[in-house]
Amino acid sequence: MHNPFFLKDVAGFLGGYYTFLAIMNAVAALLLWRKKGQTGWSLVWTVFAGAMMILASMALSGAESLVPALPEAARSFVNRLSGPVAYTVGTTALFVILFVFRKFFVQPMVAWSVLNIALLLMGLAMANEDFAAIVMKPDNVPIVGLVFLLAFFTWVATKQAVVNDERIAQGLPPMEKLDDEKVLVWPDLVYTELICMVAVSAFLLVWAIFLPAPLEEPASSVKTPNPSKAPWYFLGLQEMLVYFDPWYAGVVLPSLVVFGLMAMPYLDFNKKGNGYYSIEERKFSYLVYQFGFFELWITLIILGTFLRGPNWNFFGPFEHWTPYKVEVLNNVDLNQMFWVNLLDRPLPRAPQGAGTLAQIGYILLREAPGLIALGVYLVVLPPLLAVTVFRGFFAKMGFIRYMIMANLMLLMLSLPIKMILRWTFNLKYILSIPEFSLNF
Amino acid sequence: MAIGETIRNSQIWKSIFRHPMPLDRRNRIVVMLTNFFLHLHPVSIKKQGIALSFTWCMGGVTFFLFLVETVTGVLLMFYYRPTLEWAYNDILALRDVTSLGILRELHRWGAHAMVITTWLHMYRVFLTGSYKPPREFNWVVGVILLLLTLLLSFTGYLLPWDQLAIWAITVGSNMARATPVLGYEGPGQQLLTIGGIDMITDASDARFGLLGARFVGEETLNRFYVLHCIAIPLAVALLLAIHFWRVRKDGGISGPL
Repeated sequence: MHNPFFLKDVAGFLGGYYTFLAIMNAVAALLLWRKKGQTGWSLVWTVFAGAMMILASMALSGAESLVPALPEAARSFVNRLSGPVAYTVGTTALFVILFVFRKFFVQPMVAWSVLNIALLLMGLAMANEDFAAIVMKPDNVPIVGLVFLLAFFTWVATKQAVVNDERIAQGLPPMEKLDDEKVLVWPDLVYTELICMVAVSAFLLVWAIFLPAPLEEPASSVKTPNPSKAPWYFLGLQEMLVYFDPWYAGVVLPSLVVFGLMAMPYLDFNKKGNGYYSIEERKFSYLVYQFGFFELWITLIILGTFLRGPNWNFFGPFEHWTPYKVEVLNNVDLNQMFWVNLLDRPLPRAPQGAGTLAQIGYILLREAPGLIALGVYLVVLPPLLAVTVFRGFFAKMGFIRYMIMANLMLLMLSLPIKMILRWTFNLKYILSIPEFSLNF
Repeated sequence: MAIGETIRNSQIWKSIFRHPMPLDRRNRIVVMLTNFFLHLHPVSIKKQGIALSFTWCMGGVTFFLFLVETVTGVLLMFYYRPTLEWAYNDILALRDVTSLGILRELHRWGAHAMVITTWLHMYRVFLTGSYKPPREFNWVVGVILLLLTLLLSFTGYLLPWDQLAIWAITVGSNMARATPVLGYEGPGQQLLTIGGIDMITDASDARFGLLGARFVGEETLNRFYVLHCIAIPLAVALLLAIHFWRVRKDGGISGPL
């Protein structure tokens, strides 16, 4: 299964990769050298570029033992550490740190250091066959690009937002307002557009030349691949199937995402922050959006693509995707927890030959704990929040808008809540009504 | 007299371009007003509004990628036949035999890139609060365009008719089976029972409507091909026109009020 020529194959790529890192840092060092007061950093990146050249020559030396790689201990440590819980908690912690210390991270030299460390680690990890197999799979390459693009643009935006927030705090207008000058679209905009088009075309051509589009065996409806995965942009939804049934994870939640996005401009009554980067002026909507986009969409896609292997089991980044990995599935429904474990009684069941209404009555009785929990969550909680935490919101939004917002938020939170309940209590379903295919 | 000037003074040239070269202020204004392709733009614009650090150019790149997909897609349509007999072989030939088989790579990577740039465009619009009044409705149009972009990519995913394609679509479309009320494994499916006969079966539910069959087969290939090449692109083109038009009508590129 393991390819004995893997290191030889990847060495050439890594040689080019480290050379690219060296050139990138050499250019940065040169630009900094010309600036006043940046000599120190210029030297740092010169040294780093030199180190990258050394790594490149090691990769290209032809000796397999010299190809730079993470030590086995580090790899098995990462593998042992990683799991759905560690991954989710870890990424959440990372986002929180980035957000709280954003003033620190937006500094160009800090961001550049983070980028270099990430790229270096990725290069080192790439010398591992299992890691490379997933990351270099043609259809997964866009996700790697997406991660770096998102990091870059988030940096660009946060940098401007931090400056604007400081200015606003001092009573100054945002940077975007300073330059009120108008220019002619020809040449100022049309030339930018032309350059963008040429750049995108060139980029796409290079991509197309160097990375062939995937083509597997001819379609066969009797040979199911393991794992079977949806296209990468839907893998966040597929990952949700771990926690919810398809009717909710695959149909209702996606519809709610679309509906929620459409409703957003009508729910956000905050008039500030229109037309310029700002975080402080619209912290609530900012955090909600970032939570949904990064936590519930992007990280789940990465999890579903890179870390879910055969049987949708979790695999560490350096773990071989074997279909024989065994995972214990000991999840329990809430009705079981309540009636059997807590009250030590059998689940309520309609007696033989009971009428339809009686049967429904027994189902309702059996599911009473789940129904009450959901009722509290979706019916009692919104008004309760309206008179406490969201009092200001409720006053400004009015009943209908507030209720839509509150319910959308609660349904959005249903995913992380279910995840946490699964990890802590092995909870399978809150509502389990197989009679109506209604499990929640 | 230079040849270029002769051409620019000819009747043919002047009938196409109703103005001299856009070298001075007057003609730079006239060119925006008289050129069909340029008239999407305003004549002048706030300098800050077109700064790359502000817009990231992602909306423009997305539109450009849509055009790339259209052109490469039409060229691929000349070659590819959406039947069980030929679909896979045509793609195989594009990879191994056909000159300019790289069109498929351009099309596929362009599609992935378009999904990403759509997200980034939306992200930028959110971060600058550009969905706020008066641009609420254009944001809604944008969300529909996002959905259509994903559907375009999803329907195209099936066309190579390899294992990757058929199983990705199988996994994706299996969701429709669980649609509440309308999917035969969905909650409340029993509600649509008339006179003891189930109205929602595996041959009449939402998934069947999507696939045109009980499983991903030739009917699905045909259905997705038509959706991918005709139905969705037409819808996207219409909504794009509305999207761009509304950008202008809602006050152009956003900026501080």
